[in-house]
Amino acid sequence: MQSQDVYFIDGVRTPFGKAGDKGVYWNTRADDLSVKTVIGLLDRHPEVPKEAIDDVAIAAANQKGDQGLQLGRSVSILAGLPLTVPGYAIDRWCAGAMTAVTTVSSSIGIGAYDIALAGGVEHMGHHPMGDGMDPNPRFLAEKLVDPTALNMGNTAEKIHDRFPHLTKERSDRFGVSSQQKAAKAYADGHIQRHLIPVSAASTEGWKLVTQDELLRPDSTVEGLKDLKTPFRPHGRVTAGNASPLTDGATMSLIAGERAVKKFNLKPKMKMLSFAFAGVEPEVMGIGPIPATEKALQKAGLQIDDIGLIEINEAFAIQVLSFLDHFGIADDDARINQWGGAIAMGHPLAASGVRLMTQLAGQFEINPDVRYGMTTMCIGLGMGGTVVWENSNYGGRR
Amino acid sequence: MNRYAPLLENDEVITYSYVNDVTLASGKILALITLDNGKDHTRPNTLGPKTLIELAEKLDLQKERASRNEIQGVAVTGKPYFLAAGADLSHVPQIKERETGRLIGELGHYALGKLSELGVPSFVFINGLALGGGLEIALNADFRTVNRSAPAIALPEVFIGLIPGWGGAYLLPNLIGIKNALKVIVENPLKQNRTLSAQEAFELGIADAIFDSARFLEDSLAWADQVLAGTKVKRKHEPNAIERATIWGPAVSIARNMVEEKLGKVPLSPYKALDLIAAAKSGTKAEGFAREDDAIEEMIASDQFRASIYAFNLVQKHSKKPTGAPDKELARKVTKVGVVGAGLMASQFALLFLRRLQVPVVVTDVSQEKIDKGIQYIKDELQKLVDKGRLSTDDRNRLVANLSGSLDYKAFSDCDWVIEAVFEELSIKHDVFSKIEEVVNAECILASNTSSLSIDAMAAKLKYPDRLVGFHFFNPVAVMPLVEVVRAAKSSDQAVATAMEVAKSLKKTAVITSDAAGFVVNRILGYLLGEAMRAVDEGASFEEVANAIAPLGLPMNPFDLLELVGLKVGAHVLDSMHAFNSDRFYASSNLHKLAEYGKLLDRDAKGKIKGYDKKAIEIVSGGTQARSAAEIFEGLQVGLAGEIKLMLDEKVVGTAQDIDLCMIMGAGWPFHLGGITPYLDRCGASQKAFGGSFHDPMIIGVRD
Repeated sequence: MQSQDVYFIDGVRTPFGKAGDKGVYWNTRADDLSVKTVIGLLDRHPEVPKEAIDDVAIAAANQKGDQGLQLGRSVSILAGLPLTVPGYAIDRWCAGAMTAVTTVSSSIGIGAYDIALAGGVEHMGHHPMGDGMDPNPRFLAEKLVDPTALNMGNTAEKIHDRFPHLTKERSDRFGVSSQQKAAKAYADGHIQRHLIPVSAASTEGWKLVTQDELLRPDSTVEGLKDLKTPFRPHGRVTAGNASPLTDGATMSLIAGERAVKKFNLKPKMKMLSFAFAGVEPEVMGIGPIPATEKALQKAGLQIDDIGLIEINEAFAIQVLSFLDHFGIADDDARINQWGGAIAMGHPLAASGVRLMTQLAGQFEINPDVRYGMTTMCIGLGMGGTVVWENSNYGGRR
Repeated sequence: MNRYAPLLENDEVITYSYVNDVTLASGKILALITLDNGKDHTRPNTLGPKTLIELAEKLDLQKERASRNEIQGVAVTGKPYFLAAGADLSHVPQIKERETGRLIGELGHYALGKLSELGVPSFVFINGLALGGGLEIALNADFRTVNRSAPAIALPEVFIGLIPGWGGAYLLPNLIGIKNALKVIVENPLKQNRTLSAQEAFELGIADAIFDSARFLEDSLAWADQVLAGTKVKRKHEPNAIERATIWGPAVSIARNMVEEKLGKVPLSPYKALDLIAAAKSGTKAEGFAREDDAIEEMIASDQFRASIYAFNLVQKHSKKPTGAPDKELARKVTKVGVVGAGLMASQFALLFLRRLQVPVVVTDVSQEKIDKGIQYIKDELQKLVDKGRLSTDDRNRLVANLSGSLDYKAFSDCDWVIEAVFEELSIKHDVFSKIEEVVNAECILASNTSSLSIDAMAAKLKYPDRLVGFHFFNPVAVMPLVEVVRAAKSSDQAVATAMEVAKSLKKTAVITSDAAGFVVNRILGYLLGEAMRAVDEGASFEEVANAIAPLGLPMNPFDLLELVGLKVGAHVLDSMHAFNSDRFYASSNLHKLAEYGKLLDRDAKGKIKGYDKKAIEIVSGGTQARSAAEIFEGLQVGLAGEIKLMLDEKVVGTAQDIDLCMIMGAGWPFHLGGITPYLDRCGASQKAFGGSFHDPMIIGVRD
């Protein structure tokens, strides 16, 4: 085996839908959503022979029913990949797809693989958070993990506790800006470029889904002010400053430098480093901070070197805690230029590849930016960060 | 087992002894006995007679196997989270013969004693809760390990009027030394029944090794294997000859003095335990066990034990099913609390609401200065908790964000619960409540912490009187567990149900009372203090009156109590009760004079009570018709019995149990009185007062 550089060639996703029986994907299977992303991605890359794919890694946070059955394997069969292509399922809750990417990248990096697909799917309508959860009684009996830590909204309220200067007002403003940036990105045609349209069955006939269902471009700070705080009486976390419950799937094509040469692929970004780190489960939202410090150190970079950041917006407060730590303004232009999870949704395991796809797209139109980062927080107290180099830097491809 | 037959005719929840052989890494075989009653975690293992007999049989079997070298060691452990919560006492209060009580001691010694007579080493792996008899299983074995996550380890017998009668009083001091044993057997039970953590038990030497919970059993078995191979176990606190000769006796004497100073001479069990511990200094184990049998026989037959078990059950069980409580489904959710008044009392319970309900709390008062002072007090208290490591800074930030003050009652507009602790004058209460009613919604519950005014009278000026209840805390709020929830004539079920749920969230015990003067605690204390002052005004000295009442064994004598609550407050309580009924409740003008003077007790530089203040003695002197101590005491007993009977007839509370629960949890009255009514029955006061008894059958021990 011979080690090699690893590249993000391309990423796609389904439009994201609202979880629950009123959502557009209620009558669509989770694995079918993932199948659409595999087919859609490979359609865009006829230069990649399917039999050359070394593995398919697909993540979901709740691997049961239509989201179980060794996802990477069953989805590739359903997507028509040759039976000779293997696959596997992977789980790191919200950072599932991110971990799928880092795992296949590790295999490519050491030279065991040359090309792989990595992505995630989460149908939160069919599989609500916490469904079937059976926490070990020792968590409570030995005070290892506070039971409130298993409710994500509570952890967000606790970040407000820890940093009283990060106010509800700031969270609300951030939520509104996410909506506005997403609306502008759609208006400029950026998002549509990497969406795979999905036909969705419903009790009233077929629909074709071409746009995220949950967008609220008309959000205002005034409108968010009096929203209910479901996690605490008179709390700070609302539907306006948190990501909604979502159905959706993502998929990426990752290749090593030898495959790039062999199949004449056009990489969008090169992986420089990645890191995962643990934090107290009760404030899981601060996970991106230690993960980022570790990944930057491994890449030999500082935060100021990073010209574009895609940070998952599970909750506005958790993004603010990250920005606050690194001394970045709430409205810094580098952050989530095309809007984030608050506007589009957060189908748990799938989100990591959405961040990468958006970063890759921003790299393309910003050749002056050399380094970027994708980072996210993870339930039960973790963070994950990947540092990337723009393959379009200086106009080079 | 015929001799234990008298113990066996009951429906005991048996804890079975399951035996599995374990092959250790060395190849040796250890017989592992697991105690398990087959119930879930809501029903811990307990040790009743049938349980002990089965354990004894299983131990005999292992002894026989050991003699044939079929096994090289025996270990005992419990079901998940529990070794055992102690002897099964559920049928003990019904025992009618001294001899039967003694059998309990003997059976325990018989069964657990086998652990040191197996012919091979014995181990107990303390995997979880180990209290009383449960811990004594471990003490009777040769070696012990403990699970780091075991929640509580203790010998709490003294707390409920017993002594550790299955070897604990002899074995523990001989294992961990006299001072440590005194702490565990006597001191801790008398400090609100404090228990040990696993780490503390290990450091004291109760356990020889401590292991993390994730692999506790595996690690204990591996450790036992090493011990069986000959690894020496050091016991650094084991008493040597010098300790026995020079420290043992004096340590017991010091402990005896401390108990006397704290509790007086009336409670039996602490002194009985001290006697046993003193005697354990020398002599054989068999002699020690025989002394314990004598003690168990005496204690189980005692009135005090029966009253203590009754009190224990009141606190553990009855408190959780309050008499007369409406369906808790009717309770409204409280998402914001208003507190009127920022004085010390109000700030204390504002702090409690803040910490326990974890919802916004708004505090108001008449001046910004007063509000700021109250808010600062609460913030300082929170900081103290952070400094002690009892509150995280995150949680402190959360609570501070929830706390606010306002001069304007409008801040209460979205409150679900507003409680007042303003000056005890009806016109002021009316004013406050009418102003509040203007801003809150129709369902907001209004509560008053009044101790001397009528809730009905307060409700008179309200638009919606049905939402008013009394919610009476006791001082100090953080410590006293009782809240008297006063149901006034117009109080709705919803208001009362909400008050009960709020009390529960505050981790207080709530007792529902009618809107009668003094409710329960102040009425009874008012009677007691009134009678004490009457005796003084008649001519008896403070000292004579305190001594006359001493046989009751109350936590403090009436005059210490008067000074503690404040002489002015005490005078006010007596006046209020006198206004309610001038025949039965004595008001003392001398007490008012004392209140003006300001002092009753004489204290030294350290604040310790030296005696009674000379001027105070002078103020009350002049009476020439002093009764004898016996007359004073009997008068008080019969008067109390009569007053409490009236309270029950008037339905101030539903049952005698409620009265006792109030006195235990609101005034700290001792278990050995059963609160108060069991005592009044057994000393004959009830019979003299109203020709009957509060309890049928009376709560008494064995009468020979």
